[in-house]
Amino acid sequence: MAFWDDHPSKKSKSVFHMKFAEEIKRSIYVALWLMLLTFPIIVIKVNTIDNVIIWRWSNIAGIGLASFLLSFFWQLYLRKKAPEKGVAMEKESFFRRLLENPKIYRPALIIIASCALVFPFIASHYQINVMTTALIYVMLGLGLNIEVGLAGLLDLGYVAFYAVGAYSYALLNYHFGLGFWILLPAGALLAALFGILVGLPVLRLSGDYLAIVTLAFAEILRLVLENWNDFSFGPSGISNIPRPGLFGIPLTPEQSAVYLYFILIALCLLTIFVIYRLQHSRIGRAWVAMREDELACQAMGIDKTKAKLAAFALGATWAGMAGVLFAAKTTFINPASFTFLESAMILAIVVLGGMGSILGVITAALAIILLPEYLRVFSDYRMILFGAALILVMIFRPGGLMAEKRRQYQFHHTDIEDKT
Amino acid sequence: MNFFWDLFLGGLTRGSIYALIALGYTMVYGILQLINFAHGEIYMIGAFTALIVASVLTMKGMTGLSVLMVAGVVAVLYSAAYGFTVEKIAYKPLRQASRLSPLISAIGMSIFLQNYVMLAQTSDFLPFPNLIPPSDFLDSISHLIGPSDFIIILTSTIVMISLSLLLKFTKMGKAMRATAQDQQMALLAGVNINRVISITFIIGSSLAALGGILIASHVGRINFYIGFNAGIKAFTAAVLGGIGSIPGAMLGALALGMAESFGTGYISSDYESVFAFAFLILILIFKPDGILGRSSQQKV
Repeated sequence: MAFWDDHPSKKSKSVFHMKFAEEIKRSIYVALWLMLLTFPIIVIKVNTIDNVIIWRWSNIAGIGLASFLLSFFWQLYLRKKAPEKGVAMEKESFFRRLLENPKIYRPALIIIASCALVFPFIASHYQINVMTTALIYVMLGLGLNIEVGLAGLLDLGYVAFYAVGAYSYALLNYHFGLGFWILLPAGALLAALFGILVGLPVLRLSGDYLAIVTLAFAEILRLVLENWNDFSFGPSGISNIPRPGLFGIPLTPEQSAVYLYFILIALCLLTIFVIYRLQHSRIGRAWVAMREDELACQAMGIDKTKAKLAAFALGATWAGMAGVLFAAKTTFINPASFTFLESAMILAIVVLGGMGSILGVITAALAIILLPEYLRVFSDYRMILFGAALILVMIFRPGGLMAEKRRQYQFHHTDIEDKT
Repeated sequence: MNFFWDLFLGGLTRGSIYALIALGYTMVYGILQLINFAHGEIYMIGAFTALIVASVLTMKGMTGLSVLMVAGVVAVLYSAAYGFTVEKIAYKPLRQASRLSPLISAIGMSIFLQNYVMLAQTSDFLPFPNLIPPSDFLDSISHLIGPSDFIIILTSTIVMISLSLLLKFTKMGKAMRATAQDQQMALLAGVNINRVISITFIIGSSLAALGGILIASHVGRINFYIGFNAGIKAFTAAVLGGIGSIPGAMLGALALGMAESFGTGYISSDYESVFAFAFLILILIFKPDGILGRSSQQKV
């Protein structure tokens, strides 16, 4: 902040002589502080029933060592990072240039597409299921991306729309026996209606007020589903939801998993196409304008009400579809699948991926769902690692893994000069 | 009438606890415009530390008021240290980033702390000892108000009054208000922003820990997940009162506690939180900036 502090030449020489002394000293302080901080919770374990205290001294040594090393490398990283800022920027643009070069991204796309096609025939049933879940999250991430990434409406209750989709499939099927292919659009439509219902009262709200109201709606929906037994069968949920049918041909669970996988691939492609088109359409640009500055956007003659409601409705549509697919995949749903943690997870996908960036959201969704699945070895430590990873990614890349680049329109002077 | 009085007292007790936690939310929000999702976890850590210290002391043979005092002080100090550290690790590197990045970092911190306590301690409910020692005075009014209700309401009233005085009359309070109003300008006027932010986190976390101890000894059991619900409710209360406004947080918390208490008493006990959230939505439809929030309506 203070510009008068910028005299690099004065200090750097003497600091260099000390080499790591400063870092080691600081790391020791950090380690001592964290050991003190974690002491009661990590070391002491009380058993109030038998009246015994268990002292686990070895834990604190681990904490001390780990935090010392982490802090030491962190400071080395900080020291190295300072002069290298320019290089990092160049690397990023190099990566981006790779992505934008048709010679590179076309073969890459073909490889990815063929992998996606071959995958269900070589992978196990379990792996197909995991992949299907990941694809559901890709859809959810892309849907929330409309609201948060494009329109800048912070939605902490996105899971509500997902629940509406899942429950409309389960309930309409239970009561009226309707099939998957009718209920897929129906679920999407109902979710969109619910999106408008949520959107209407929050039109006047901005920023964090919006966030808490969407969260409130999601919690209300979950609690009602949990308590209104006659309507939603309460916490025990609904089971025996049919899997999607294929022209009446009976499918084994393995076959229907493959079938569902391909349905999801198709829907994800559709989602990507629609969102890509939306992004550069009139309404897409209106959303971006609204995100950047609501006042200026209104002054340009954009109907804020319409744009906001459209964002809610469209975002909810994809969540509704994802919900129907989720119910069809697991064949069992209950309110416990639609907690705030789920909303947080989807929001994390959008922000980690880089808001507004389709490729980023897809990458983040696959990473967030697949990595924990394959890290089941550390099953107890999965969530704590997830939490730590969220913090670390945000610190190292606050803009997300692949921040969205605005499309630029270039104005060529030469063309005009030639014509005149 | 008696039933009404019970519900009223229940609402007051609930509201006081929510207020203690909501103050931390609203103070941090006022200065950083950040929804500190890890705040509920600090409250939970406060309750756990108090439980651990109190159990150790009881097993060593201490009794009565001294256990409550020592456990309370240690828990408050520890929670303050946690709040301070959380800010340094998860939020300080993100000061310049866009608004959503610290939010995700906060959610990450919340998940991290929950699982940290779960792994280091237990995922089961632990019985929380009743730390409030019996006294003649409390017994004499017990037909009017339960001892823990009385202590909760009394403590939070004292804390809220002293916080208001601190903000209004001390130099630090002035610096905090200045930072909340305009960070750049406060910096130019010589306010040490980093210190103000740290102190905000320390005060907020101590209040949350106090809330944690009080509610844990009121309810009688805790687990690693209690912070989430309390956090969401307190955040709701802060928004209801107008986030960033300290009297707003107190008022919002009391209103929320009342809405929940009367809702469960007169309508249905299954939908406790539904009343709170529905009340919030209703209020925000008519007053989009909360009860005491500054109006931010902008029109073309």
